[in-house]
Amino acid sequence: MPPMKDNRQEFWRALEPVEETAEFGGIDRREFARLIGASLAASGLAGCVRQPPEHILPYVDQPEGMVQDKPLYFATAVPLPGYAAGLLVKSVMGRPIKIEGNPRHPATLGRSDAFSQASLLGLYDPARRGAVLYRNRIDSWPSFLAAFTNALATQAVKRGAGLHILTETVISPALGDQLRQVLERFPEARWHQWEPVNRDNIRAGSLLAFGSYVHTIYDFSKAARILSLGSDFLLCGAYPSRYARDFASRRGGRVPPDQVNRLYAVETEYSSTGACADHRLPLRDREMENFARAVAQRVGVPGIAAPELSDPKQRKWAEVVAKDLLQHRGASIVIPGREQAPAVHALAHAMNHQLGAAGTTVIHTDPVEITPVDQLASLRELTDSLRAGRVDLLVILGGNPVYTAPADLGFADALARAQISVHLGQYADETATACTWHVPQTHYLEEWSDALAFDGTASIIQPLIDPLYGGKTAHEVAAAMLGMLDRPSREIVRDYWRRRSAAADFERFWREALYLGVVSGTALPPRTVAPVNLAERLPPPRPPAEEGYEVIFRPDPTVWDGRFASNGYLQELPKPVSKLTWDNAVLVSPATASRLGVYSYGTVDVELGGRTVRGTIWVQPGHADDSITLTLGYKQAANGSEGGSYNAYQLRTSKDLWSASGLRITKTGGDFMLACTQTHGALTERYPVRVGTVEDFRTNPDFAHQEPFEHAPPPGHTLYPPWKYEGYKWGMAVDLNACVGCNACVMACNTENNIAIVGREQVYKYREMHWLRVDRYYHGDAGNPRAFFQPLMCVHCELAPCEPVCPVAATLHTEEGLNAMVYNRCVGTRYCSNNCPYKVRRFNFLLYTDWHADSLALMRNPEVTPRSRGVMEKCTFCIQRIERAKIEAKLENRRVRDGEVVTACQQACPTDAIVFGDLNDPSARVNRLKSSRLNYSLLGELNTRPRLTHLAKLVNFNRELGEEPIRLKPEERGA
Amino acid sequence: MPERPTTGQLVPRPPVIAPDYTPGSVTDAISEIVLKKPHTVPWLAAFAVTSLVVLGFLAGIGVLLFVGVGIWGINIPVAWGFAITNFVWWIGIGHAGTLISAILLLLHQEWRNSINRFAEAMTVFAVTCAALFPLLHLGRAWLFYWLIPYPNLMSLWPQFRSPLVLDVFAISTYFTISLLFWYLGLIPDFATLRDQATSRFQRIFYGIFAMGWRGAGRHWHHYQMGYLLLAGLATPLVVSVHSVVSIDFAYALLPGWHSSIFPPYFVAGAIYSGFAMVITLTIPLRKFYGLDGLVTDRHIDNMAKLLLATGLVVDYGYLMEMFTAWYSAERYEMFTLYNRMTGPYAAVFWLVLAINIGVLQLLWIRRVRRHLLSLFVLSLVIQSAMWLERYMIIITALHRDFLPRSWGMFAGTFWDWLLVIGSIGLFFWLFLLFVRYIPMISIFEGREMVHKAAREAGVR
Repeated sequence: MPPMKDNRQEFWRALEPVEETAEFGGIDRREFARLIGASLAASGLAGCVRQPPEHILPYVDQPEGMVQDKPLYFATAVPLPGYAAGLLVKSVMGRPIKIEGNPRHPATLGRSDAFSQASLLGLYDPARRGAVLYRNRIDSWPSFLAAFTNALATQAVKRGAGLHILTETVISPALGDQLRQVLERFPEARWHQWEPVNRDNIRAGSLLAFGSYVHTIYDFSKAARILSLGSDFLLCGAYPSRYARDFASRRGGRVPPDQVNRLYAVETEYSSTGACADHRLPLRDREMENFARAVAQRVGVPGIAAPELSDPKQRKWAEVVAKDLLQHRGASIVIPGREQAPAVHALAHAMNHQLGAAGTTVIHTDPVEITPVDQLASLRELTDSLRAGRVDLLVILGGNPVYTAPADLGFADALARAQISVHLGQYADETATACTWHVPQTHYLEEWSDALAFDGTASIIQPLIDPLYGGKTAHEVAAAMLGMLDRPSREIVRDYWRRRSAAADFERFWREALYLGVVSGTALPPRTVAPVNLAERLPPPRPPAEEGYEVIFRPDPTVWDGRFASNGYLQELPKPVSKLTWDNAVLVSPATASRLGVYSYGTVDVELGGRTVRGTIWVQPGHADDSITLTLGYKQAANGSEGGSYNAYQLRTSKDLWSASGLRITKTGGDFMLACTQTHGALTERYPVRVGTVEDFRTNPDFAHQEPFEHAPPPGHTLYPPWKYEGYKWGMAVDLNACVGCNACVMACNTENNIAIVGREQVYKYREMHWLRVDRYYHGDAGNPRAFFQPLMCVHCELAPCEPVCPVAATLHTEEGLNAMVYNRCVGTRYCSNNCPYKVRRFNFLLYTDWHADSLALMRNPEVTPRSRGVMEKCTFCIQRIERAKIEAKLENRRVRDGEVVTACQQACPTDAIVFGDLNDPSARVNRLKSSRLNYSLLGELNTRPRLTHLAKLVNFNRELGEEPIRLKPEERGA
Repeated sequence: MPERPTTGQLVPRPPVIAPDYTPGSVTDAISEIVLKKPHTVPWLAAFAVTSLVVLGFLAGIGVLLFVGVGIWGINIPVAWGFAITNFVWWIGIGHAGTLISAILLLLHQEWRNSINRFAEAMTVFAVTCAALFPLLHLGRAWLFYWLIPYPNLMSLWPQFRSPLVLDVFAISTYFTISLLFWYLGLIPDFATLRDQATSRFQRIFYGIFAMGWRGAGRHWHHYQMGYLLLAGLATPLVVSVHSVVSIDFAYALLPGWHSSIFPPYFVAGAIYSGFAMVITLTIPLRKFYGLDGLVTDRHIDNMAKLLLATGLVVDYGYLMEMFTAWYSAERYEMFTLYNRMTGPYAAVFWLVLAINIGVLQLLWIRRVRRHLLSLFVLSLVIQSAMWLERYMIIITALHRDFLPRSWGMFAGTFWDWLLVIGSIGLFFWLFLLFVRYIPMISIFEGREMVHKAAREAGVR
C-alpha cells in the first residue's frame, strides 16, 4: 500500500520536533494542533478531495473464511475502566469496522456502551505513538530490550530490591500470573497499582462492613425499590450496560403496574441515574453520610447513631424512603456510589442485609481484580520509594500516572528520581515524556490477552488486525522481565489458560473460548458474608455540615479519567445531562451561581488548598447547592485541549480524592464559549416528551393522547388515497421508559454510518453531524428539575415535509416507507432541513469528512458512503443493514423475519429502548410496542405521520414525598 | 394654510418636464453626458470605490466556493441566512423598475418617461445581484444546473413541487423580460447616440447596439407594438415573481413562514423597497447631472406617494400576519409571534415596525415628500428596514421552531457581510457604468414629452 507508507512518513516528520524537546513545554500552539490526533485529524477541514489512485489486485492465496464484501465477526473483549465487556467485532477485508456486544457475555448480553463503540477510533487513531522512545528520541525495540535486560540483570543480583512495577487495576488473569512470576523471580520487587477512578472506597467500605473485601453485584431485575446514594450506576458504574438493562426491564409500561420499580436517587451532581430516577434529592456530598445514617436507622440497622437531619425535606425523604424500602423487603437495593466515603458503603451494605436483599438482589463474591490493593496507599508507597531513591527500575504498564496522580504526592518530581523508568502506553502522554523509555502499547483490537467481567467471567481478547503502529502488549513486556524475550502474547495467554483449564483437549477448549467469547464456568460463585456489628466500627458521625463551598471530583461521562481524551468521537459526544462537548465545565447549581455571581460560559479560577485551575462555569439545574462538581480527564498535554477545560487532577489531593471543602471561586471576567448541543432544555407546554405517572396510566391508559399532550384534532384529511405499502413497511418505536441517556446508540450510529467529527468550534456553531441525538428536557423547578431523555433521529415521516421542497428530488420516499437521501443528487439548498420540524437533518457546511488520514479511511464502514462538502445527510434507518437482510432473505426465497434487521442504535441500546421492524408483519415486536396506549407521534399534529414513534414516559411517583405532580397545572401552560 | 381651490376648478398639475426644453435641447442634455462630458472626479472616485468593493465581492465568492458555505453563520436550525435575505431583498428592489416601465406605461402615466430608463436599469442590475445569491447559497454551487429541467441520460427531472424550481423559472423569466424590455427601449436612443457620436469608436459601439435603427415609420410602428407587448408580458411578472419568491416561505410548514398572506404581502414589500431604491438613485443623479428639468419635483412627489401607498399595504400585511397568528390560537404560530416581539431578535422586529409603520407616515406630509434630503435619507432607511424585514422573517422563523432542543441562534460572519456589501458594490458599479455610457433618461420619450407639453400649452 504505497500511499500508507508515504503518509506514515508524513506522520513521522510531524512528530520529530516533539521527540527533540525534553518536555512538551517547548512546543508552540501550532505544534500542539498537529498533535491533537484523531480528534482533530478526524475533524480536519483540509481542502482538496481528490482521491489517490488505487490498485485492485486479486489474492494469490485467499485467506480462509474471507469472502469479499462479507463481514466476519470475531468474539473478543474490551478492557473498560473497571471490568471487561464482551464484544463481537465486525471485520471487513481484515479491518475491524464496527463493535457490537457479545450476547453470550454477562456484561453486555449483546449490547454495548459508548466507550466500547468509540474504542474503534482508538484503534485507528493517527495520534497513537508508533515508536519506542529513549529520552524522547526515537529508538528501537531491540535496543530497549538490551537496556531492559541489562537493568533486570542488575536487579536479579539485588533480588529485585530496586524494581518497582506500576499497573492500573489488573483484570487480566494471564498478566496477573506473569506479574506473580516476576515477583517470584525478584522477591523484593514491588508491584503497585494506581487508577485515578479506583475502588478504594468500595474496598474500604466492605472491610468496614464485613471485615473482608467482598465484591458486590446488584441484580436490578429483581429489585422493586432502589435507593442510590450518589451512585451513577446506570452510566458510570462498574458495568453500566448490564445494570441499565436490568433496571429498565422493570420500568413503567414494560411490566404490570404493581411490579414497576422505583428509583430514589440522592446525589450531588446531576447524573444520568438522577435523570432516570422517580424521585431525586440533590444533596451536598458532606451530608451524604448523615443521610445514609438516617435511612439506615429507620430501616432498622442496629445501633446506628444518626444525627437529626436539620433539613425537613431530607428528614421526610429518609422517612418515606425507609418505609418504602421496608415494604419491599428482599426486593430492594441500596447502592452507594464508588466515590462515596467508606462509611456510606458500609451503611449501604448493612441496610441491604437488614432489608433481606443479600442473596437475592445483592450478591457477594470474591473480588474480581487479580490482586486488590488500596491503590492510593500503593501509589503513595511508590512515590515514597522513588523519593527515597530506592527505585532503580520502574516499569509502568499502562496508565498515565504523571497526569492522574494526586497533586500533593508530587509523583512527577519523584519519578525523575528513578534510575530507569519504562512506560508502556498507547500515547506519548505526560508519563511517556517523563520516563526514560517509552514503549508503544497495542490497542486491545491488536493484541492477545484476557480480561474478567464484573462477575468474574473470563474472556480471551483476540486481535483483529496486526498492530497498525507497531506496539507491544503488557504481556510481552512482562515476559521480557521473566527473561523471555520476544515471546508472543498469544503463546503467553494460551500457556496460562492451558495451565489453568487443565482441559484434556486444550485445543478444543481454546477454540470454544474464542468462539464463544467467554470461558465457560469462570463466573465467581456467590459468597455468603455476615455483616459485623457496624455500630462499633463506624467512625463517629460527621459534625453538622460546615459552611463554605465543597468540591466533588467525578470521572467524566465521556472521557472518563482522561484515557479517552484523544478520542474525537467521545470528545464530541454530548455529556448525558449537560450536553456539553469537548470540554469539562465547572458545574454549579443555579442558586450557587447567583450567590457567586457567576454564569454559564464565564471563566473562573477555582482555588483549592493553594492550587488553582481555570475553568468555565456551567450552571447545572438540579445540582446540589454550595457544591461544585469538577470532572476528571481534560487538559492533557498530548491532547492540546486548548478550550475552556481544566485539569481537575491539579486540585485533587490524596487526602480528598473525591470531595473536599474550602473551595474558592473567583471570576476572571473572561468568557469561553463551551460547545453545548442543547441550549434550550425546558419541556415547555409543547411536551415533546409525554410524561405521566404509573398511577395515571392505570386509571387512565389514554392519558398520553389527551390534553395537554394532544391538542389538535387528529389529522388525516387528504385528497389523495393513502399509499399502500405492499412489501415491507419499516418502522421504529422508542420506549422513553427504557432510555437511560447513555449515548451508546449515538456512538453506534457514528461508527456504523461513518459520521464525521466536526470539532468544538463547529459544534458551538450548531453544526454537529450526529444523525441520532438524545435530547434532554428539564421539567420543574430549576433547583431540582426532573430530566427526561428522548432519543431522536430521522422519524421517516410518511408525509415528509423535506421531500416536496427539495428542488432536485435528492430526498424521496422508497416504496418501503423510508425517507431516503441521495447524496450524489444533493446540491445543498438546505430547504429540507428548514422544513424538517424535528431538525434531524445534518449538513456538511464544510468538508468534515477527513479524506486524508489513511488510517481513518480504513475505519470506515464500506457499506456507507462518506459524505463530502455541501451535502445534506441524515439517519437512513441503517438502510445498508436492511438491504443485507433482504438479500439474505431473497436467497432463501422468504420474507425478512422479525429481528433480522437490527439497526446500529437498536443493537447498541443496552435497555432495548429502540425497536425496529416491519410494520406489515403483525407479529413484529415493533408492532407490539406501537399498539401500546403509550405510543405517540412526536409533533403528530403536523400530519407528518412519523414512522418512528415514542412511548410516553411513566414515572413511578410516590405521593408520600409530597412533591409537585409531574404535569404542569393548566394555568402554567401559557405560551 | 394655502387657499384651497373651489369645486369644479381644475388645479394645473405641475409639468413633467420643465417648460424651457425643446426637442433639441432634450437630446443634447441627455446625450452629452454620455458623449461629450469628460469623466468627473466624483464619478471616478465612486467608480474606484465600487470597483474595490466588487473585487472584495469576487474574493468572497472565491473563498465561498473553495471552502464552503460553512464560512457563513448558517447552521442547523438556521440553514438559510444572509444569502436568502439578500436574494429576496434584491429581487424586491427590482420590482419598482418593472412596475414603472410596464404598468405605468399601460396606465398612460407619462411622468414615468423621465425615470423609466434608470428604473429599468436598476431592475436589471438588481435582478443580477439577486440571481447570484440562490446560486451561491447552494452547498455545491457548481451543480446549480440540476435545478433546470433539461433532458439527460439519467432521465432525472427537477422536483416540480418544490418552490425553488419555480424560483428558477420566475427569476430567469423576469431577468430575460427585464433585459429585453430595457434594451428595446434603448434602441432608438442608441441610434441617436450613434448619430451624435463625436468619435469613430462611439459611432461603431453605439451603432452595433442600435441594430440599424433609422427612425423610419415602420421602425416606430414595430417598436411601439413590441414595446407594448413586452409591457404586457412584464406586467404579470410584477405580481408573479415575488409571489413565487414568497412561496419559498409560505410552502414550508414553519410557523412564521406558513402563511397564505405572503404573496400579496411580499409583492407590496417588493414594490415598496423598489421605489425606495428609485428615489435613492434619482435624487443624486438629478443633482449631479443637472436633470432637474427632466426629472421634476412632480416625479419625486409621485414616487413618494407610491412609496407611501405600497408601504401602507405592507403595514396591512404586518398587522394581518400578527392577527392571523393570534386568531389561529395555534401554539407554535403564537410562539413565533411572541418570540419575534420578545425574543433575541426583538430589536430587529421593532426596528422594522418602527420604520415601516412609524417613520413611513412622514410621507403624508407634503413638505417631507418635496424635501429632497429628507426623502433621500428616508429612502435609505426604508431599504435597510426592508432588508431587516427579510432577515427577521427568515431568522426568527427558523431559529426557534417546533422542538426546543433544536433551537439555536444565528449571526452573520465577516463573509456574510462581505457578500451583502459586495453585492451593493456590484449594483452601484454596474449603475455607474450605466449612467456614464448609456443615456440614463430616455431621449426620445423626453422629446415626446416636450411635444406633448407644447401641445398642452397650446390648448391651454
